[in-house]
Order: sequence, then structure tokens, then C-alpha cells
Amino acid sequence: MAVETTTRAKLRWGLLDVLVVVFALVPVLWIASLSFKTPATLTDGNFIPREWTLDNYRTIFDTDQFVRALVNSIGIALIATLIAVVLGAMAAYAISRLDFPGKKLLVGVSLLIAMFPQVSLVSPLFEIERQLKIFDTWLGLILPYITFALPLAIYTLSAFFKQIPWDLEKAAKMDGATQGQAFRRVIAPLAAPGLFTTAILVFIFCWNDFLFAISLTSTERSRTVPAALSFFTGASQFEDPTGAICAAAVVITVPIILFVLFFQRRIVSGLTSGAVKG
Amino acid sequence: MSINATPTGADVAADETRRPAAVPKQRGGRRKPPLSENKKAERRLGLLLCAPAALVMIAVTAYPIIYSVWLSLQRFDLRFPDQREFIGLENYVTVLTNEFWWTAFGVTALITVVTVAVELVLGMGLAIIMHRTLVGRGLVRTSALIPYGIVTVVAAFSWRYAWTPGTGYLADLFSDGAPLTERASSLAIIMLAEIWKTTPFMALLLMAGLALVPEDLLKAASTDGATAWQKFTKVMLPVMKPAILVALLFRTLDAFRVFDNIFVLTAGGNETSSVSMLAYNNLIRGLNLGIGSTMSVLIFITVAIIAFVFVKLFGTAAPGSDDGERR
Repeated sequence: MAVETTTRAKLRWGLLDVLVVVFALVPVLWIASLSFKTPATLTDGNFIPREWTLDNYRTIFDTDQFVRALVNSIGIALIATLIAVVLGAMAAYAISRLDFPGKKLLVGVSLLIAMFPQVSLVSPLFEIERQLKIFDTWLGLILPYITFALPLAIYTLSAFFKQIPWDLEKAAKMDGATQGQAFRRVIAPLAAPGLFTTAILVFIFCWNDFLFAISLTSTERSRTVPAALSFFTGASQFEDPTGAICAAAVVITVPIILFVLFFQRRIVSGLTSGAVKG
Repeated sequence: MSINATPTGADVAADETRRPAAVPKQRGGRRKPPLSENKKAERRLGLLLCAPAALVMIAVTAYPIIYSVWLSLQRFDLRFPDQREFIGLENYVTVLTNEFWWTAFGVTALITVVTVAVELVLGMGLAIIMHRTLVGRGLVRTSALIPYGIVTVVAAFSWRYAWTPGTGYLADLFSDGAPLTERASSLAIIMLAEIWKTTPFMALLLMAGLALVPEDLLKAASTDGATAWQKFTKVMLPVMKPAILVALLFRTLDAFRVFDNIFVLTAGGNETSSVSMLAYNNLIRGLNLGIGSTMSVLIFITVAIIAFVFVKLFGTAAPGSDDGERR
């Protein structure tokens, strides 16, 4: 009897699982399917392509417009992530380990920025960046990305740092390790997973942005892929860009899928630990 | 700024030296009157480490928002730069008496309320599945993270093509014509896209709360003959309240910023613009910095009011409000 109920329970959970998986995957599979369709079958409305082709991918990698945008996306997101994680780690270390005036204020300011309506910054940043001549440059996007990634980085990292057994550092020093050795051999390996998880979350955030990307850029010089997608016209002005847009969309989805596949556990723990006191 | 005590007491660090403070390395709040060299060094290090992050955040948000207020008090259209002048609150009158603004405001409010309500229910379900499922926990969590991680614009294109007549697999679902060319159906699709994208985030925040529900309490309730629903409302919900409030606050403010989905799905056609969309159009398409900034300031004020009401109504269950004494 007990065995039977657990089997039935498992079946019930299994059904719910399937529901979630379908719900989550259908839109992604759909855009992937469109990207593999030939122009002739693109509008047949079939969920699975009747004829498969890689032409759409060839098209986008042949156009400067997409390749340039991809380089911009990768470069800007990586640089912003690196800086945000370094600055965030410094602040998070101070918040979780040191006692100093203004700590509450910093936490409060980060919280405010996490809730800040980004569109409110679009007009002033547009004007300020034009005056500073950083409009339509990498720097012009990296700055707001760092700013809005910092609260995320600070919260996630503080939560991680609070779990590190810092006494080990002292123990290592007692055993004769120098300050540097204690940090390199003991603390750094313990902190690395937290830093890595935070970097993934921050990268996803930067990779995702659309509002700043279309407002603070005007040419291919610094336009990222999400922004470039909305300007896509296909190989020629008169060609239907649907296939190309879908292929480009799939390309920028690949890194996200890889992160999620390999680091699901880390991402979940990063998001849940920083979000709610526990 | 010098750390050595100055008689004026203007220096914060110096001021603090006179007060007793917690000893650094000994946790548990024991106090020791004189401030040691160690202590001072710790304060200095703390401030130094936080300074870069604080400076960037303030430079990129506080200064622009103040500048935005200044711009909003001017007639400033980049197409007619010669006509730039200070006009006081005239822009605010223009915006607040404009029907497009109020339509966009209504649309934004509707999207916010509906999506957050639906996401709370679905997110709770998803959180429970992710937390308690007996089979395939990794699979469910991995799948749920995909909507969270995917670029909003990519998802929006997927929905757009799904509902495009001829191309899409969903287009014929509701018989007549193109759903994205009519107001009601467009709004419904925008909300669907928003809900799909952000339910997992809601669920993750709620799952953090679920993890706090003591297993013994659930077992005890079961022994006492509580039904599943009773366990949910009488045991889980009360424990999860702080997590629910945080999730609601974050999602409400996030939903109010809705932009990407509308931009791709309808470009604001058929009166489906949100306030963010309208501000963007005035600024980038219309190049009207004065009006664009006025809308920016109004959106900022609205968000501030929402956040304030939340905190006042439900108390400060905000993350980070607890430093030090965790776990």
C-alpha cells in the first residue's frame, strides 16, 4: 500500500514536472524551429520545420551588423561583469566582515537602486553622455550596467561571504602560513564559487538589457544584439528578416542555456540566498 | 579628511571615536569603551572598500535624476535647440493633462496588477513543485531557469511570431485575424509574455521562503489531521510572509517598468504603450528632452510611492535589513 501511494505520488509530481518543462521550453523551441526553416516553409505555421536549413545562420554571420553587435554584446557584458563583481566583492566583504559607519546606508542605497525605474535615467543619461562624448560607446553602456548590477552583486556576495568560515584563515596563520598564503590557499578557494555564481547572474543581467542598449546607442559601434535585433532587415532591405532575427535570437540564447544547464544549482542558490534573509 | 580627532566633530570618523563600539573580531556585541587603533583601521578599510561601489551607484543614478528634474523644468526639444528656456512646471501640466499619458498609465497599472497577481499564484505553484517534487527536481529547476535567463527581446520575438497569422502556431487559436493588431488581445499577449518570463523569478524568491518552513511543523500538522490546504494556509503561508512580501515588492516595481515586451510585440500600437514606452518615444523618437524628462521624473515618483506604500503597509521585510545576525 505504501509503495503504491509513493508510486502514485511520484507519477503526480512527474506530471507536474512535465507541465513546467513544456511551459518553459515551448517558446524557446519555437524560435529555434523558425530559425531552421527555409524561406518557403517559414510561414506554414508548423511547429516543427518541414525542411531544415542552416541558411539563416550563414546569413547573419555574413553580415557585419550581427557580428559587430555580437562582439559588442560579449565585450560590454564581460567588462561590466568583471568590474561589478570586483567592486561588489570589495563592498560585500566590508559589509559582511567589518564594522564601519555608513554600512546600513550602503545596503539601503543598493536596495533603492535595485528598485529604481531604469527609464527614469534614460533621458538624463542620454544628455549627460552626449556632453561627455561617451554616448554610443562601450563605456556609455558599461557604466549603467555596473550601476544596476552592483546591488545584485553586493547582496549575493554578502550572503556567500557570511557563510565562509573565516576562522580558518586564523587557523592557517597559526599553522605558519603568511597572510598572503592564508588568503590564496584558504579563503580564495572558499570564496571562488560565490564570485563565480555572482558573475553568472550579473552577466545574464547585462546580456539581457534592452532599454539602455537602444537608448544610449545610435550606430553599430556599440549596439548590442538585443538592440540590433529590432533594427534587423535581413540580407537586403526587402527581404523578410524573420529567419535572420530568429537565428540571431538563438545565437544569443545559447550562452544562457549553457549557463543554466551547467550551473543550475549555483544560480538557484545565488538567487535564493541573496534575495531573502534566511 | 583626517581621521585624527578634530574639535569641530564634523568629521564622521572622528565623531564616532568618542562613542563606544563593538569589538571587531569578537562577535556577539560585547562592548569596549576606547577605540583601538585596530578598530580605526577597520573603519577606514570598510569605508575604503565600499567607496568605489557607492560612488559609481550614486554618480550614475543620483546625479542624473537631479539633472532630470532640472531638464523637466525647461522647454528643451533637440530639434529646436534655440527655443530652450526655463518654463517652470509647464511640462508637468502638459503631461498630466495629456490623455496619452493617462492611457499609458492605465495600461501600465493594468499590466502590473494582473501579471503580479497571476505570477504570485503560478509562482507559488512552481516554487512548491521545485521544492518538493519527488522526481526530476534538477530537470524542473533547470527548465524553470530558462525563462528567467533568456533575453526578454528573444522571448518577445518568439511570442510575436507565434501569434502572427500564417507564421505562428498560436495565431489560429482564436479564429479571426491578427491578435496583435487589436488592443485587448495585444494586451493579453503582452501579459502572457511577461508572466512567462518572470514567473520563475517570483518562484525562486518564494522558494527561498519555502525552505524556511520547518519540516517538523508540517509533519505535526499532518499527524493532527490537517488537510494539504490547511497545511498550506495555516503553516506555510505565515512562515513565508516575509518572502512573499519581498517577492511582491520586487515584481511590482519590475512590472511597472515593462518595456521590452511591448516594444517588440506591438511597438506601443493600438494604445498598448506603457509609461516607459511613452517616455522612450518622446525622448529618442521625438527628441523632446523636456517632456521625456518630465515623464522620467513622474515615473520615478510613482515607483517611489509604490515602494513607500509597500514598506509602510507591510513593514520593512526588505532584504539586507538584517546585517550581522544571520541564521
